[in-house]
Amino acid sequence: MAVTKVVMPKLSEAMESGKIIKWLKQEGDRVAGGDILAEVETDKADVEMEAFGGGVLRKILVSAGEKAPVGTLIAVIAETGEDISTVLATAGAGAGAGSGAQTTPPRPEPAPAPVAAPVVPAVGVAPMPRAGRVKASPLARKIAAQAGVDLRLLQGSGPGGRIVRRDVEAARTGAAAAPALVPAAPGVEFEDVPLSPMRAAIAKRMPLAKAPVPHFYVTSEVAMDRAWELREELNRLEGQPKISLNDLVVRACALALLRHPGVNASLQGEAIRVFHRVHMGIAVALDEGLITPVLRDCHARSLAQIAVESRDLAERARARKLRAQELSGATFSISNLGMYDVAEFSAIINPPEGAILAVGSVRQVPVVTDAGLGVGRRMALTLSCDHRVMDGAMGARFLQDVKRLLEEPLRLLV
Amino acid sequence: MAKHAFDVVVVGTGPGGYVAAIRCAQLGLSVAAVEDDRPGGVCLNWGCIPTKALLRNAEVLGLVNRAADFGIRVSGVEPDWAQAIQRSRRVADGRAKGVEFLFRKNKITLFPGRGTLAARHVVEVAGAGGSETLEARAVILATGSEPRSLPGVPIDEQTVISSNGAVRDERLPRSLVIIGAGAVGVEFADVFAAYGVSVTLLEALPRILPIEDEDCSKEVARAFRRRGIEMKTGVKVASVAPGGPGAVVETDQGRLEAERVLMAVGRAAKVQGLGLEALGVQVERGFVRVSPRMETSVPGIYAIGDMAGAPLLAHKAMAEAVVAAEAIAGRDPHPVDYANVPSCTYCRPQVASIGLTEARARENGRDVTVGRFPFTASGKAVALGEPEGFVKVVADKTTGEILGAHVVGHEATEIIHEFAVGRTLEATLDEIVRTIHAHPTMSEAALEAALAALGQAIHL
Repeated sequence: MAVTKVVMPKLSEAMESGKIIKWLKQEGDRVAGGDILAEVETDKADVEMEAFGGGVLRKILVSAGEKAPVGTLIAVIAETGEDISTVLATAGAGAGAGSGAQTTPPRPEPAPAPVAAPVVPAVGVAPMPRAGRVKASPLARKIAAQAGVDLRLLQGSGPGGRIVRRDVEAARTGAAAAPALVPAAPGVEFEDVPLSPMRAAIAKRMPLAKAPVPHFYVTSEVAMDRAWELREELNRLEGQPKISLNDLVVRACALALLRHPGVNASLQGEAIRVFHRVHMGIAVALDEGLITPVLRDCHARSLAQIAVESRDLAERARARKLRAQELSGATFSISNLGMYDVAEFSAIINPPEGAILAVGSVRQVPVVTDAGLGVGRRMALTLSCDHRVMDGAMGARFLQDVKRLLEEPLRLLV
Repeated sequence: MAKHAFDVVVVGTGPGGYVAAIRCAQLGLSVAAVEDDRPGGVCLNWGCIPTKALLRNAEVLGLVNRAADFGIRVSGVEPDWAQAIQRSRRVADGRAKGVEFLFRKNKITLFPGRGTLAARHVVEVAGAGGSETLEARAVILATGSEPRSLPGVPIDEQTVISSNGAVRDERLPRSLVIIGAGAVGVEFADVFAAYGVSVTLLEALPRILPIEDEDCSKEVARAFRRRGIEMKTGVKVASVAPGGPGAVVETDQGRLEAERVLMAVGRAAKVQGLGLEALGVQVERGFVRVSPRMETSVPGIYAIGDMAGAPLLAHKAMAEAVVAAEAIAGRDPHPVDYANVPSCTYCRPQVASIGLTEARARENGRDVTVGRFPFTASGKAVALGEPEGFVKVVADKTTGEILGAHVVGHEATEIIHEFAVGRTLEATLDEIVRTIHAHPTMSEAALEAALAALGQAIHL
């Protein structure tokens, strides 16, 4: 007989609070572990929240439509007759106090061997402000209020990440320095579009992803003629899932990463954590931003599985229906702008991952062959690497392997 | 000649040096300290502490002399200057012994003698019993400063004395000219005047305590005038020569004679004879140039305290000491915030300040609001019989940022820290006002001054 405290789960690394969209169970309903209790809206996606203990949903503390900081007690599951008054009494006090002390906070992360700890935290810079409450000095708050600076978007430089005056002033001058390039509507010089939660999360995370991580880039051109043909042939097969070019790239990367674990790695304080499994982050563009769902154990999946599952992930990402465990834990990511006729580009690493591959369009270009000048399909791949984790040659060897796998695409099928 | 190896060698054991040595030891480093005088430096031996003992004597004497105000008849008051000096020496001796105790407790090895840099990681100590060679990963220089004089005026510590002589000499002069009305000059003017010496205080700038807020200077000048201390400001001293009762001071405003002249025109960093030039340690305008981590231009050599630049204050040296020690230990210390160093003068009434003066805040183009609360309106101050002075807060009009605070009055030097903490935490007037201040206290005046700045003073 146990009382299960249901707390607002931390569903992504940047998540500070979540909003209950709706409760799928009502007070008095019997629930079993694994049942979906509610839908939660985070800064990145809408996710389903599972029950981690069985019993009766005795009390709902945060009703639909309300927001709560990560770690806040939002419901209590217990058997009928079990005394839950002490648990409820601590509800107010426990808000934002860190979910570690609570019963079974959702930890969907399967521990990557051989280290037992989950891959989740460890952006190698100043810690994110604690859930809910923004730590800022009174003066910083006043200047921010007068200047219209949103403190939630700032990284504090004071003790313990506290936002102090200079942080706000830096943000203010930074904002002022950004040129307005969009031609204005008559009479209106500009328009301030409020940040969506996703845009705010991106705005907050990207400087932390780019500035502290020394990026270097390795670019290679891949002859995609055979891969193109193979894909067309596969897609003519009846009863087989449609394979995209990106699926081929994902499969090639998964295989290459197994052979180059140094690229499938992450800086963790004093050590480099080398992953023996490949959890592939696949960037999906949305109208309001970008999200990178994770295809787990990608190295163990066939091309067909990758095709089916990555399409499912992308569709649910667009519908904001991803589950918590699908939002974090990637060991490597791929960003593909091929559909936008992009020759090549470079991507920003998503810490704590050690590298990301930027995939350009497959373009028909003149190529020199033995027979003279011909037409070939070429695709540029640019690998962004964290120089703290790997060196240029390591990145180049990995990229060479990806190139070989794509140029001899039957290797992707065996 | 013996050779020793340490993680850190600290040269000088004043408030900078001894704090650095202790903080290094706390962080697990092996530390040697080199001192050619007694541990404790100027602060404990000749400066802060012995002068505070003398100023307390002056304060007690002042109270006895106005005992009648409290309905206490006192007769036969016999102030004894020699005993005042002796008490001051006992206090200083005890403090210096305290530093020796702290060194033993923290396993810091003290090398008596004069330290010079022989190489980047080598300090030679020339002591009474021969010389020693100390090798260290890092060297912290903390040799301090010494009184300056005017050009062509040697300090003989007999007729022309410095603060060093003033705290030692058991003979009381009948008359004294003090050249320089900064903190040192003003404090000695207070002490000697209390003991019946005819004091003339000279200042080249237009007012006494020239770096303080103008209102503070005025308040102290008013109190001094009442006590018969003569003050001449905006005066240029042309020469000091033997003659008359002891010395003759020629100025652009006439000639002054006194038994003794106290030189209080400032202090000079002790940067000579340390071997700095040979190693290429950069010295700028008489002070060693340091980074925010207190490292000099030569890696591994650090400098703190008076020798590393203004303000020449013991508490600033202590703050720098912690930064240097933590930098050497591989920590990531928070650099010293030089805009937030309190300044204290212990004359009666005391003066304490932090941040910008009102004039400087306006010069900086800030839209300021000023709140003032006089101690005449404070129940505690009046009950103590100490109604002199005020608390003045200079704040930014739009944000309430505390730009500066200036306190004149009884124990002003204790009251200032409310504003120091407030400024460190970036509190604004609102936070001061929302903080409940105990009643009745002198510190309530801080609350009232903040209220006044918001136009809400209750007791005015």
